[in-house]
Amino acid sequence: MNTPPRSLGDAELHAYVDGELDEVRYTEVEAWLTEHADDGAKVEAWKRQKAALHAHFDGVLDEPLPASRQNSVGRNRTGRSMPAWMRIAAAIVLFAAGAASGWGLKNWHGNGDLAAIRFVQRAMGAHVVYLPEVRHPVEIGADEEKHLVAWLSKRLGRAVRAPGLTGAGFHLVGGRLLPDAGLPAAQFMYEDGGGRRVMLYVRSGRLGKDTAFRFVNEGDVAAFYWIDGPMGYALTGKVPRPDLLGLARLVYDQLEK
Amino acid sequence: MSKRQAVVAELPRLRRYARALLKDPVAADDLVQDCVERALSRLSLFKAGTNMRSWLFTITHNLHVNAVYRRRRAPDGQPLTLDVENGVTVQADQTTGLVARDISRALDQLPDEQRHVVLLVGLEEMSYKKTAEILGVPMGTVMSRLARGRERLRHLMEGDDPTVLRRVK
Repeated sequence: MNTPPRSLGDAELHAYVDGELDEVRYTEVEAWLTEHADDGAKVEAWKRQKAALHAHFDGVLDEPLPASRQNSVGRNRTGRSMPAWMRIAAAIVLFAAGAASGWGLKNWHGNGDLAAIRFVQRAMGAHVVYLPEVRHPVEIGADEEKHLVAWLSKRLGRAVRAPGLTGAGFHLVGGRLLPDAGLPAAQFMYEDGGGRRVMLYVRSGRLGKDTAFRFVNEGDVAAFYWIDGPMGYALTGKVPRPDLLGLARLVYDQLEK
Repeated sequence: MSKRQAVVAELPRLRRYARALLKDPVAADDLVQDCVERALSRLSLFKAGTNMRSWLFTITHNLHVNAVYRRRRAPDGQPLTLDVENGVTVQADQTTGLVARDISRALDQLPDEQRHVVLLVGLEEMSYKKTAEILGVPMGTVMSRLARGRERLRHLMEGDDPTVLRRVK
């Protein structure tokens, strides 16, 4: 049994607020706070500060880059012509600005991408349906990954695989076969240590011309999707956009290989 | 993920941090743009396996501490407007006990060195260790700046001690 601390410095209280304590110390500080109201009030105030910072500034994460900025990102402001690497970088940044800016679905209806939009809507629908499943989240579990991949590849008529996302903290739960507008589609489900789920929805069958990454969200479900030749991919999840983008990159990089 | 893609993936977070630092969206995006340009021009110096986010925040920090950006924080040199309890907005009088309930306005009252730490730890959720690396100071310094900054904010936002409204330069 641990001896309760006699007194705590502010440094330790801050460390408690910021998740810098190990489990044992965390529990001790928690116990201390229940009996020392003045320290408890400080801790609560500091937690409110953090919450206020997020409430005030998190909106910036979803703000599109202003059009003027999109043209100028990567171009130096003195107007000199830029080296080739910088033009390439500018193109990448521009593309990311588009991907990060979160135009709603309606903005794309004029782009002739209706098939792709309907595809991602189906992917998001499937996400919502299977998200809350506890007992039957998948048809075939990750313990039979070989069988799962072979089966889905056979049904889709193309080699598909479940990209590894463990580097980002998500492990494969398994997958299932789904109907996608009359064609077979595969859904791979991943989960992280906190129980958050992301799903990769894959279908075979032309959906229109190739696209770069695109972002959509409806309600609190977000998706990055892209069309690559005969394949359509959508990564869906209720996770912050930068996280989802990072995961989509991982998927994309592995599928490219 | 290529190094360039890794830079791009950090854009939303860099913009959030810059906005919190500078308030003015244009100045904030200037800072991010300078950071991205600098990062892309030095990509070969970025070591694979190290943390891209920390590297970019370090660049942003170093850019920010030069006088050009510091001068641009919107409210500097202007009288602050604080909300008093009855909801009336008045010009701040630094000798009266007004409460800055808005976190952004309260941040105005912090010296840069405290604001950096409060934002990196409180908004960007960086560990003390990473924060120390980004700022190039010892961890003890991070913790003491954090403590001072948070206490100042607490007084400002909750009105415990009106005297702290006085600017300490």
